[in-house]
Amino acid sequence: MSSQTGGEGRAIKSFWIEISFALFLAALGGVAIIDSLRLGAGWAADGPKAGFFPFWIGLCLSAAALTVLVQTLVKRSDAVFAQTHELKLVGAIALPTALFVAVIPFVGIYGAGALMIAGFLRKLGRYSWLFSAGAAVVLMAGFFIVFEFWFLVPMPKGPLETALGF
Amino acid sequence: MTADLASLLLGFQVAFQPSNLLFMLIGLVLGIIIGVLPGLGGANGIAILLPLTFAMSPVSAIIMLSCIYWGALFGGAITSILFNIPGEPWSVATTFDGYPMAREGKAAEALTAAFIGSFVGALFAIIMITLLAPLVAKLALQFGPPEFFAVMFLAFAAFVGLGGGSPVKTLAAMMIGFLLAAVGLDTVTGQLRMTFGSVELMRGFDFLVVVIGLFGLSEIFLSVEEGLSFKGGRAAIRLKVVFETFKTFLSHWALAIRSCIIGCFMGITPAGATPASFMSYAIAKRSSPDGDTFGKGNIKGVIAPETAAHAAGTSALLPMLALGIPGSPTAAVLLGGLMMWGLQPGPMLFVEQKDFVWGLIASMYIGNVVGLILVIACVPWFAAILRIPFALIASLIIVVCAIGAFSVKNAYGDIVTMFVFGVVGYVMKKLQYPLAPMVLAVVLGDRTEQAFRQSLLISQGDLSIFWSRPLVASIMAVGFFVLLWPLFQKMMKRPELKPQQG
Amino acid sequence: MTRFLKNLGFLAALLLAALQVTLSPQSASAWEPNRPIQFIVPAGTGGGADQMARVIQGIVSKHGLAKQPIVVVNKGGGAGAEGFLEIQGARANPHMIVISLSNLFTTPLATGVPFNWKNLTPVKMLALDEFVLWVHAESGINTVADFIEKSKAGRLKMGGTGSRQEDQIVTVAIEKATGAQMTYIPFRGGGEVATQLVGRHVDATVNNPIEAVGHWRSGALKPLCVFDKERLKPVEKITATQSWADIPTCKEQGLDVEYLMLRGILMPPGVSPQQVQFYVDLLKRVAETPEWRDLVVQGAFNTTTMAGKDYADWLEREEERHRALMKDAGFLHTQ
Repeated sequence: MSSQTGGEGRAIKSFWIEISFALFLAALGGVAIIDSLRLGAGWAADGPKAGFFPFWIGLCLSAAALTVLVQTLVKRSDAVFAQTHELKLVGAIALPTALFVAVIPFVGIYGAGALMIAGFLRKLGRYSWLFSAGAAVVLMAGFFIVFEFWFLVPMPKGPLETALGF
Repeated sequence: MTADLASLLLGFQVAFQPSNLLFMLIGLVLGIIIGVLPGLGGANGIAILLPLTFAMSPVSAIIMLSCIYWGALFGGAITSILFNIPGEPWSVATTFDGYPMAREGKAAEALTAAFIGSFVGALFAIIMITLLAPLVAKLALQFGPPEFFAVMFLAFAAFVGLGGGSPVKTLAAMMIGFLLAAVGLDTVTGQLRMTFGSVELMRGFDFLVVVIGLFGLSEIFLSVEEGLSFKGGRAAIRLKVVFETFKTFLSHWALAIRSCIIGCFMGITPAGATPASFMSYAIAKRSSPDGDTFGKGNIKGVIAPETAAHAAGTSALLPMLALGIPGSPTAAVLLGGLMMWGLQPGPMLFVEQKDFVWGLIASMYIGNVVGLILVIACVPWFAAILRIPFALIASLIIVVCAIGAFSVKNAYGDIVTMFVFGVVGYVMKKLQYPLAPMVLAVVLGDRTEQAFRQSLLISQGDLSIFWSRPLVASIMAVGFFVLLWPLFQKMMKRPELKPQQG
Repeated sequence: MTRFLKNLGFLAALLLAALQVTLSPQSASAWEPNRPIQFIVPAGTGGGADQMARVIQGIVSKHGLAKQPIVVVNKGGGAGAEGFLEIQGARANPHMIVISLSNLFTTPLATGVPFNWKNLTPVKMLALDEFVLWVHAESGINTVADFIEKSKAGRLKMGGTGSRQEDQIVTVAIEKATGAQMTYIPFRGGGEVATQLVGRHVDATVNNPIEAVGHWRSGALKPLCVFDKERLKPVEKITATQSWADIPTCKEQGLDVEYLMLRGILMPPGVSPQQVQFYVDLLKRVAETPEWRDLVVQGAFNTTTMAGKDYADWLEREEERHRALMKDAGFLHTQ
């Protein structure tokens, strides 16, 4: 599923992203190795210790990541990660999602969800504010009924729900 | 045997009572809803509804609850195919080909194939339960930790070397999976691994949370690159497609039967539905002449995992009834239910509670048929979900992903984890890291390691335990054969494998 | 659009109804919950504590014992640490209770998680779960004496649930009492442990009665003794010849080990005595229902219950005992 070149905007090369991700994975492997050594990464009389598998897994991960790093440096390919206009579109979804996740502890999942749905409908769907807000409230109220009344699964709630007695 | 058949007829009488049919229908509808909502899996769903059933008669209650189970099994496929979000662990393999099919506008075909596959798998397993219950229970008892490890080894062996692409990246992806699976409390020693004093990490990485982010959320990011819309929504959806898919399914009968056998085997061993679906998918891909089109929307890649998952899920109920060991988390909750209605699961159930057991088995037959009709009739509606305006459906999917991630373990931290894996999944897909091996490792890594170490505790560190007994030795032998098979094949001929997208 | 307005109207009606519930007058004297009660289970779905919590939930809703529903929430991460930390942090929240098992003591001791039961408010002990020594019926072991002899002759394999938890503690206690060496093999749940014994992958287990009773009745397993001061109460025949009461205590058979597991309820710190009293009364009424009595007989539970200071004192003693047992076994958290 590689991205096509062409189209408007600038192409962003995979090179640096590839290298950063490989370094990240290598570091992850390193962390696993360090923690495994703390637990004991050896082979006791009755089988492997708690750290045995994580140690070798961490080692393999680091080795694989460093191999990817070397390959990338050697090949210096011109592979394209994405076009800038594509990334803008991804950002248009990813940033509101991040915001949605970030406000859940403060306004609860229902409030945050309603805000996000309303925002999406207004910004991406170009519906009227009234329709966007109304649809968002109705949908999240539906979720509320399903989870809090039917299934009795409590979701994170905010001040609004508390004021209503939940 | 004839006595059993008479009992089964009696069971049908019980199951066909109008009130029981009604409970069946309620159960199926609830189950489909539960299956569609990721995170709120069959086990949670049944646990939640269990207390409501205490007022019913045991037979009605178990009929309703097992229909929730069927419904959830059917429902899990819907979001997998339409949005690449597996509602249940065993639906992951269904996304590999089901989602590409939906993007080509073949959502209806994929859904129909998945539903029929589920039905056939479940039916096969029920027939097996009806005919072979005592024998199967004996086989299940043979499975100790070494045998369990051998089965897991077999599942990995089938899957390794499947995807093309960069072998180093495949290795890295798999190692990330294993590493994630190891975070948290080590069951064997009770030590905390890689938690660094954080309670969030102590919870470990639940597989569903990872997969919802990695598959579901990242797929939204990936698909908006091509504009703010979903592909595949505009395809015509007619009931005719459903019937045509029936015919296609029939032409793949050999595949279906093989998947049933894999599923039943994995269900009887305590391995369960998830490895069964992966294994069946892998073997189907390897043995098909058009194996290189798997992962790009091959209908066989939908039939194989769904059929096996349901055969396994259904046959997992048998060890529960006959032995009192749950083959799946859902079965574990059902087990609790049995005790509440004053029934003691275990070998005596078949002797002392004939009405109950055969009523349940009869309801499995009827529940599956009714369930199939219900979901098949709804295929056009399910597929029409893709036509909902993008702005609405995208935001709804994100909310559902968040709810799903939360409800797995009731933790806000899991929503954050889910989001992080959404971004990581996007980057990994763009950098051509295969996701399937990573997911397989997250699902099975922990239990595989545990079985390995339990075995060595039993043998006091002697590795020969993995080939000293006939059962474990034969499974391991099959595992090595499956592992090395691609090498043999390569020596024979050299088909070019294309990079496969998880 | 009309459909949409209709939905909106429905929602408004619903909100109003919700408001009415909150504003309805409450009796002035006693405290009552005014929102759903979260019932935290510091373990996964399907285990013993989870089952008991869901039974209580079912009984309360079936008999209408509380005006607000009980919602069971599983928080089993880190051997239950997650659930306990949550309740410890929910200071003065009267709508939260937790059911505990031995991990109330073992988890903080074994993992060093910053949690202690003394930070919680004890409500009521519901029952105590028994432990029974089981062997396979065809193992040739018929008495505790046979068992001890055999375990001294060669390492026996003991199956149990989890690591550094109750089953392993009992195993270590047996080792200490007999001087024999055993191999402990941890599994995920009691049902799995019992089945491993039926399949003879392990030599003995210390399963709770409810986990192994089915296999006892089918003739696959055999109980040797119960780790309690007295014999079990239920005298109804379980097998053709035996009842729970026929199983001797381990002590009378010369194996001086006693262990019982708590099944009790606790609340967050800082709640008022009236609030605690509400749950004590609620649980008392739960214990009077026929469903509860069935559960207690089926599981052969030790029906000792306690509340208030007795319960707190008992917890205190148990924590010390666990600390001593785990210290001897080398299970205490170090670092």
